[in-house]
Amino acid sequence: MSWLTQAAKGIKALTSQKKDIPDNLWRKCPNCSEVLYHRELDRNLWVCGSCGHHLPFTTEQFIALLIDEGTWEETHTGITSVDALDFKDSKRYKDRIKASRQKTGKEDAVICGRGAIGRVPVSMSIMDFSFMGGSMGSVVGEKISRALLDSLRYREAAVILSRSGGARMQESLLSLMQMAKTSSVLARLRSEGIPFISILTHPTTGGVTASYSMLGDINVAEPGALIGFAGPRVIKQTIGGDLPEGFQSSEFLLEKGQVDIIAERRELKATLERALNWFVEGRDVSIRRPPRG
Amino acid sequence: MDWKKKALWLDFELPLVELEERIQTLQDSADVRGMDVQEEVARLRAKAEKLGREIFEKLEPWQRVQLARHPRRPTTVDLIGYIFTDFQELHGDRMFRDDPAIVGGMATLGERKIMLIGHQKGRDTKSNIKRNFGMAHPEGYRKALRLMEMAARFERPVVTFIDTPGAYPGLGAEERGQAEAIARNLREMAALPVPIVVVVTGEGGSGGALALGVGDRIYMLENSIYSVISPEGCAAILWRDGAKSKEAAKAMKLTSADARRLGVIDGVIKEPIGGAHRDHEGMAASIQGQIQDALAELEQLPVNDLLDRRLQKFLDMGDFEDAGRS
Repeated sequence: MSWLTQAAKGIKALTSQKKDIPDNLWRKCPNCSEVLYHRELDRNLWVCGSCGHHLPFTTEQFIALLIDEGTWEETHTGITSVDALDFKDSKRYKDRIKASRQKTGKEDAVICGRGAIGRVPVSMSIMDFSFMGGSMGSVVGEKISRALLDSLRYREAAVILSRSGGARMQESLLSLMQMAKTSSVLARLRSEGIPFISILTHPTTGGVTASYSMLGDINVAEPGALIGFAGPRVIKQTIGGDLPEGFQSSEFLLEKGQVDIIAERRELKATLERALNWFVEGRDVSIRRPPRG
Repeated sequence: MDWKKKALWLDFELPLVELEERIQTLQDSADVRGMDVQEEVARLRAKAEKLGREIFEKLEPWQRVQLARHPRRPTTVDLIGYIFTDFQELHGDRMFRDDPAIVGGMATLGERKIMLIGHQKGRDTKSNIKRNFGMAHPEGYRKALRLMEMAARFERPVVTFIDTPGAYPGLGAEERGQAEAIARNLREMAALPVPIVVVVTGEGGSGGALALGVGDRIYMLENSIYSVISPEGCAAILWRDGAKSKEAAKAMKLTSADARRLGVIDGVIKEPIGGAHRDHEGMAASIQGQIQDALAELEQLPVNDLLDRRLQKFLDMGDFEDAGRS
């Protein structure tokens, strides 16, 4: 696909986000209960003007926010989940996949693509919480691995934006192995000197946190995101008591040394640009070379 | 351990245990009174063997879960005693503390010097508290990584034993970066320039298991389990009822045969009839043979090939439909 058709595709993606905006014109801030109007929210990048709480942003909104206009090319489409375990709880996994695809219009819980951030080429994956809680099964693991392999192939920086409840239980052992799979490719990026930036947004837990999300050369979190290995409910059960205020928040993780930066949404692109420039300027990693072999 | 304690046997294996006790009693009394009971003993032995096969050849997934967690099942320390010589345990992550939920150290296997690392459960309340039921904190995974990196520096292969319900979900664990500790092990094991052989010996629970589980060869003991979350955890989340663990165990396809079918493991190591806990020594001998065979093969590979194959092994894991490739 040429860069021209990509640009056209990028525009299409921008209009399709309208679908995600509900019909009611205002929303209550889940943090401070302030009534927020959609137009104002859009202007504010879905950050509460009163308390600064970051409301969920769609994948398309993140692409529009972070990727240089007209440079986004979606990659690795057409990869979809199968029910390898013939898994059934109250519903069949097959039916859950179907329902999620219908509800979200997405193929699975991640969108991958290539584009530029501040003119630095990147291969980027954006997880989508609305698709089965952003859970990582074989498809998410495969697409993220392929996107990371693109980074190796084209020697361009890798960026992953996470929001996920963790590994997808309906694929059990196969989901678990996606942690090893994605981390194995990251080991190659590391030895090849290709930078990886992990962006953690609300919420990022479980097997996703315990694999690529925590493995960034730098880890950047949105303010107030819940980030952890075990979910708060499980920890409460284990310790038989309440959790301290702010436990597992982005700010807590910064204090404990687990993330490098907390970036507000309006600062996120500038933060990425600054880091990417530091990583690639004057190094061959930024040069798009033909694939090896 | 008191081998007579009934509480330490599972319901479904009790008939076999009781029959074996009868045989033992008969022999003992015969010895005392000088009676000839050979025929009767032989008859009962045949019966016991048949019964054992009947019980153990068609186990439900939940029964395998119970066997994998059997209070008599050989732990890492038990197996080390049979499989390796000259084991020297090494302690601590050099940053925070020594985590007794993971043991590791220098060991000799035949002619080879290797690094052995495994989860360690206790067998009774006291030892389980010490070992935190085999649930490691970040410092446990960091100790493991320290030992693996040392092994690589001295060109010693790594052998890991997996037996954990999962990584510990507590305050301190989160504060000290449980997720990062696991993630880092996955990445570093993927790039470790020496052969790694993984054996799931009991419970392979979640990321806490996988943090010792990235290797060139992965084996499971016949009655061990391997899954993304414990059956109880899965039941609590998907069924919203922790008591539905049996159903969850079935749905999750967590047995060694399932893992083989899903292409995640390289082989299943047969257990003695009645399970690994009935014959620790016999079990250890099978594991030892498998590790030696695997290492003999892996040592033939140049390091780059070894690492390329390790990456490809994990890239191949997963099942999906790909419109672009069909």
